[in-house]
Amino acid sequence: MDIPLARAWVAAVAAAVAEHADYLTQLDSAIGDADHGVNLHRGFTAVVAALDGYEAATVGDVFVRTGSTLVSRVGGAAGPLYGTAFRAIGKALPESTVEPEALSVALKAGLAGLQKLGAAVPGDKTIVDAYAPAVAAYDGALADGGDLAAAASAAALAAEEGMKATTAMQARKGRASYLGPRSVGHQDPGATSTWLIFRSLAEVSG
Amino acid sequence: MKKFINAPEDVVREALAGVAAAHPDLRVDLTNQIVVRADAPRTGKVGLVSGGGSGHEPLHGGFVGLGMLDAACPGEIFTSPVPDQILAATQAVNGGAGVVHIVKNYTGDVMNFQMAAELADDEGIPVETVLVDDDVAVEDSTWTAGRRGTGATLIVEKIAGALAEAGAPVADVADIGRRVNAASASFAVALTACTTPAAGKPGFDLPDDEMEVGVGIHGEPGRRREKIQPAAAIVTGALDSILTAKPLARGDRAIVIVNGLGGTPLLELYLLFGAVATGLKDAGVAVARNLVGNYVTSLDMAGMSITVCRADDDMLRLWDAPVRTPGLRWGV
Repeated sequence: MDIPLARAWVAAVAAAVAEHADYLTQLDSAIGDADHGVNLHRGFTAVVAALDGYEAATVGDVFVRTGSTLVSRVGGAAGPLYGTAFRAIGKALPESTVEPEALSVALKAGLAGLQKLGAAVPGDKTIVDAYAPAVAAYDGALADGGDLAAAASAAALAAEEGMKATTAMQARKGRASYLGPRSVGHQDPGATSTWLIFRSLAEVSG
Repeated sequence: MKKFINAPEDVVREALAGVAAAHPDLRVDLTNQIVVRADAPRTGKVGLVSGGGSGHEPLHGGFVGLGMLDAACPGEIFTSPVPDQILAATQAVNGGAGVVHIVKNYTGDVMNFQMAAELADDEGIPVETVLVDDDVAVEDSTWTAGRRGTGATLIVEKIAGALAEAGAPVADVADIGRRVNAASASFAVALTACTTPAAGKPGFDLPDDEMEVGVGIHGEPGRRREKIQPAAAIVTGALDSILTAKPLARGDRAIVIVNGLGGTPLLELYLLFGAVATGLKDAGVAVARNLVGNYVTSLDMAGMSITVCRADDDMLRLWDAPVRTPGLRWGV
């Protein structure tokens, strides 16, 4: 991955979030507070503006700036969580071109940062339920000799499966947890936006 | 959706501009989206900052002023403020005696205030955090994000604000805030969902003969749905939950709030308060102070919450201390 590809990924995420903003908000309306889509849309719109004309020296610069902008503009839980994840990914990539293996390490750093802040584990019906299987699938594809495109494609597929699996879960973190058993039967909005992020990576890597 | 708005994305900023126009004794910073007491920072006085998503007015901006908050940072609707806002508010009220953050216990609020507190600490501003988690409808367990901060937030802000106004050190201000929270319990029931401008339609459908029991203040469904009952029975159920979670002894005194969630007429709130007063009297509890009205709202939700705080002499004295804010005003 080079700097233009990193920028393309973030731009693709911004486009996907814009396209699905209403869908994310409606999902959040069922078990949360009906703001996930609109908040992420505001955040990624600000990210696109922040990257416009920004001179990134490394791949990591792109993601650190993305994360910092999300922290400053999104609010709620999604801002700190995605902001921290992107910042951690960026800090792990201090070169102008990075190998797919280095991106794997960075993605794991992002997951670790997100889990440290949110204290969520798989099965809690959160971002982690899409993110963790995506990283595992990414590594699996690399181990099978795949390139970035193959790894990203596997990650997107696993994120989608993880997202769908959240429907049957009872939320144990975040606002959906207040509903107790009534949170079952609804797909988690955070896992859904995470799927969009990995799907965007697959799109630009293909 | 029918609302008095121009565009959903402009609601919070335009409302803040209205606050600025209505209350020239407050400083409204539209860039940082914060509301600050005009005389802040006061040298040697502990600064009190609270904030959270918008949609709960008058909480928090309506409680900025003498004897209560020094600053409020309203986020987008039902969305916690960002660290930049909270840091700007913290800086604006830092009089060198430390700052107390009053934070309602929601995942996003806790994270954003924590990040802001770390940034403030880097600048040499010590911050104490008081977490409010009074809503006993939610079990405080590892299976949830913990109890929500709701109606007791007002009592924490009033009493801690009075102590800060009296010149107490930061540890004491935080301590009384935590004591008030520990002594408080709330429970809410909704008759309708609310409509956020962004979503454009109610968060859930509720048939005419049903109510949501154990709701929070963000339009989410409650713990369970039940057939609607007479107000007296609803109050009995809510008081049972409150007194089970935080038992009061005969002879205890309480500060009691019957709070509207935004779409319930004052007539009904007073009717409810009558039932609450009777229920507490039967339990041997004296209602020492009370508020009846819309203080911690959930946009246009029809519903009510009951908050009971077991109050000691210190709390009652500080509750009675002068306060001059858009939302609460007495003794001045």
